[in-house]
Amino acid sequence: MSDKVRNLQELRNLRDELKGRLLLREKSKAPEKLVQIKVSMATCGIASGARETMSYLIEELDQQGVDAIVTQTGCMGYCYAEPTIEVTLPGEKPVVFGHVDTVKAAEIIEKYIKKGELVDGIIPDTYNTIDNK
Amino acid sequence: MKDLSLHILDVVDNSVNAGATKVEVRLIYRGDILEITIRDNGYGIARSLIERVTDPFTTTRTSRKVGMGLSLLKMNAERTGGRVSIESEPQKGTTVNASFVTSHIDCLPEGDMAKTLAMIISGNPQVNFKIKIVKNDRLFEISSEEIKESLNGIPLSHPKVNLLIRDILKENV
Repeated sequence: MSDKVRNLQELRNLRDELKGRLLLREKSKAPEKLVQIKVSMATCGIASGARETMSYLIEELDQQGVDAIVTQTGCMGYCYAEPTIEVTLPGEKPVVFGHVDTVKAAEIIEKYIKKGELVDGIIPDTYNTIDNK
Repeated sequence: MKDLSLHILDVVDNSVNAGATKVEVRLIYRGDILEITIRDNGYGIARSLIERVTDPFTTTRTSRKVGMGLSLLKMNAERTGGRVSIESEPQKGTTVNASFVTSHIDCLPEGDMAKTLAMIISGNPQVNFKIKIVKNDRLFEISSEEIKESLNGIPLSHPKVNLLIRDILKENV
């Protein structure tokens, strides 16, 4: 069996494993029902440790069983506060956090994502999402 | 940049910001040479800009006056005896090619290539990435399209999917 076939088989196995989680499948048709996280991944973010932050978020969310969508975005214009992330909870407006190292990321998951409590490090409430700029 | 894989993450961000829908990332390991090529179908770079694109004081952004990504890539490649070339055609796309002599004392560590490439695929679900790795005369290929097809509706950006892509890549990088 070629590498390619074997690897795609693994993905199909994952699909079958996740298939049982009907809720996720339903939610995936409406991403606004999932927690959405965008990590700013331009040169400024990368140099400040955005890859480690994103990697930590992915691993922790998986470990804690939080259904989320974690994506990358370009520079949000807050180079002084990198790494920055934008978190959108279902039904809420996006909130941007600055200086998000792995310690801050853990606090954001624990307090904001899981309990809806705001934490320090939020960047201006006049902020427009990158898509609206 | 702390490692070579971070340069890939950075150049790919340029491609995504240039509106690319298809990006090919190719890694060729030949002896102590690592050749990295990133080819996209984005807006491309104007001819008047291409000669200055590795100048740190050149950027197309209006929010700041510096553009460090490509200049750092050029510096880090050339200090190992490698080189960077950039070809671009407006409205057709850009190809960035960088080679590094990995045995050179000044070469940055390679970094976690599997983690970085998995992040690129799952972090940009709107873009079809094609990853090609040639190592020890063996070719390994994977693309966002194939993965999406296999997942049949499960979001590419779900943490579990990212970790699986990372595991698959780990065996091949």
